[in-house]
Amino acid sequence: MVQTHKYDVVIVGAGGAGMRAALEAGQRTRTAVLTKLYPTRSHTGAAQGGMCAALANVEEDNWEWHTFDTVKGGDYLVDQDAAEVMAKEAIDAVLDLEKMGLPFNRTEEGRIDQRRFGGHTRNHGEAAVRRSCFAADRTGHMILQTLYQQCIKHNVEFYNEFYVLDLLTKETPGGTKATGVVAYELATGEIHVFKAKAIIFATGGFGKVFRTTSNAHTLTGDGMGIVWRKGLPLEDMEFFQFHPTGLAGLGVLLSEAARGEGGILRNSENERFMERYAPTIKDLAPRDMVARAMANEVREGRGAGPDKAYVYLDLTHLPKEQIDAKLPDITEFARTYLGVEPYTEMIPVFPTAHYAMGGIPTNIKGEALRDNETVVPGLYAAGEVACVSVHGANRLGTNSLLDINVFGRRAGIYAAEYAATAEFEELPEAPEQLVVDQIEMLRDAGGSERVAAIRAELQATMDINAQVYRDEGSLKQALSDIEGLQARYVNISVQDKGKRFNTDLLEAIELGFLLDLAEVLVVSALARNESRGGHYREDYPHRDDVNFMRHTMAYREKTEEGAGHRIRLDYKPVVQTRYEPMERKY
Amino acid sequence: MDVTVKILRYNPEVSEDASWESYQVSAEPTDRVLDALHKVKWDLDGSLTFRRSCAHGVCGSDAMRINGKNRLACKTLIKDVNPSQPISVEPIKGLPVLKDLVVDMEPFFDAYRSVMPFLVTSGNEPTRERLQSQTDRERFDDTTKCILCAACTTSCPVYWTDGQYFGPQAIVGAHRFIFDSRDEGTDQRLEILNDKEGVWRCRTTFNCTEACPRGIEVTKAIQEVKRALIFRR
Repeated sequence: MVQTHKYDVVIVGAGGAGMRAALEAGQRTRTAVLTKLYPTRSHTGAAQGGMCAALANVEEDNWEWHTFDTVKGGDYLVDQDAAEVMAKEAIDAVLDLEKMGLPFNRTEEGRIDQRRFGGHTRNHGEAAVRRSCFAADRTGHMILQTLYQQCIKHNVEFYNEFYVLDLLTKETPGGTKATGVVAYELATGEIHVFKAKAIIFATGGFGKVFRTTSNAHTLTGDGMGIVWRKGLPLEDMEFFQFHPTGLAGLGVLLSEAARGEGGILRNSENERFMERYAPTIKDLAPRDMVARAMANEVREGRGAGPDKAYVYLDLTHLPKEQIDAKLPDITEFARTYLGVEPYTEMIPVFPTAHYAMGGIPTNIKGEALRDNETVVPGLYAAGEVACVSVHGANRLGTNSLLDINVFGRRAGIYAAEYAATAEFEELPEAPEQLVVDQIEMLRDAGGSERVAAIRAELQATMDINAQVYRDEGSLKQALSDIEGLQARYVNISVQDKGKRFNTDLLEAIELGFLLDLAEVLVVSALARNESRGGHYREDYPHRDDVNFMRHTMAYREKTEEGAGHRIRLDYKPVVQTRYEPMERKY
Repeated sequence: MDVTVKILRYNPEVSEDASWESYQVSAEPTDRVLDALHKVKWDLDGSLTFRRSCAHGVCGSDAMRINGKNRLACKTLIKDVNPSQPISVEPIKGLPVLKDLVVDMEPFFDAYRSVMPFLVTSGNEPTRERLQSQTDRERFDDTTKCILCAACTTSCPVYWTDGQYFGPQAIVGAHRFIFDSRDEGTDQRLEILNDKEGVWRCRTTFNCTEACPRGIEVTKAIQEVKRALIFRR
């Protein structure tokens, strides 16, 4: 049985971006939020360090400096008009959250407290600036809780544990239009069709293509994968951020706030090595530079531990009271998972796959694009799933919590405005067919391949071949591995044949998206013969503005024979307004 | 090392009765119980069903009863649950079981939603932030840590037997706003909690405090809400 629902706006995903959008759309028009989890399980809640805005509560600051830092931090691949919007609206975004009840840490005067964060500087790089507004080291948790609380207050309608598997579109004289989504209800196995005038994707990232990652098990790039299979482009997918301080071996995130509060990275010789790589702001250099520096220390034999495989995060010189007040969660992670006492012992850390800078291309209204300029009417995206692009080649810490609030809000407003004048489109006969076929194929498949085995091999090759350091050889190896795994995916078997809470089936579907997105990442990375931000090619170690100051646009196209698909790459100019590209030094 | 995980399995599509099944997996002492459950699911029986997401104790998906105590599977290490004996894993108690370790969370979230868990203010909003002293901010810090995992509520003997009781978490959720100096909804919220199924059902057994994976002093928070009710006028 297929159930059909009708809403003006349907939001897919209930993390920060989805719920921020829902608060806007829900107060303007009939809105539903679909999430494969419960809203409060979303990975926004794992964000720790803060959300930057030039409030200037504790020292001089302004949004233009924030814009510059964002552009420079992104290695000049940032669209500067979008960065300016984000830095300007940051101030109201933080104040809005405070008014919603978010319990920010306070200054002695009772104002929102602010602290230093990587790459955020005063006056275009002079020194680190206190710009990050925070609630201890659980700022993301407080944002997620506060937004959920506001959704309760405003009676936002949620469909929890509804897994969206397809986007419905219609060809019209005005081009491809979004008309609805198809969802799989986990509890019952039933299919639901949601007819909508506007759809906002806010499904987050796809960090699970890597083995060592700070990302949740559920971050499998579903939203990007759905749009990709519709033939819509994905932008800048080669740019993936590796966060410097993951717990060694586990990848669990330890916030950059640890360094903002004075923490220091040390190698096996106890040297503060970041002084060599970024003499001015040292440990607070942008994440791509710190992650590479750490990986380089290890490669050159200055790693610590039995296998010399990690470096240390040293907090031992910080007062206990400061650690307890400002960094309680991350120090508990070190105690729980590594048995290390951060008051007195240094914490083993190594880079962990953290954040997708790329995603569904949008403009500054959150409208999704089907090429370099043309909007897909009715389709919106916000947060990590989207590429506006405010993060360019490397996102600055705190700018993701900012991104979800600024562009989540914008997507919600513009989607509701669009829905106010748009008409519902007729859906095709049996709009659910693709999803029904997909599920039946997976559930009834009698193949011999295990989902977990294919996923583990994918994650292994990505960690080895497409991580902090890449070159043509490693990327080609990754691509050939992925192609092999895609061939095996066709023969997977799902053991659980039931309808009720079939998470075996869910994981099989998620793996399909991961394989698709890993391929896009690697193909995009292979074509970018330069090093910029989070994408570092050892065979092309320098930034090449002449040939590559441009966004990658990847498209999935049918091959001539019709059966298979291939990836076509195109490029999109970077929007430059105020800032000329310079060499990035810190 | 080899460990035995004994899981209370239930799938009404197959049988109306729940039954214990044992699985042998290899695990490191420092692995999480969640890792062992994943090994069962990924290598032995794909139909084993449980919720999880972040895997490091912040999303609240994987509260379950491990060796008879409510814990997060992702925050409990094998070495800490006496792995020389079979490790028992069953769903949290007091909520309807839907399949294996998955329970119906709706009654739990209903209770949370019913205590007005959002900031209530009146009058014009200030142009900048509302001021709040560091002391006032500290007053409710503990209860802001809640991740809605339900470990506390489903460890409460009163909650197991009384189908109407809000449960500890909802009171924690209310506490977070009652003691926030910016909030003006305290009277309404206390009125809700003064209900016969409200705070007065608490028998101070401290199960909730012990169960909380975030270290929140749940029983203390409930006591503070009780005191606020008594001294309100």
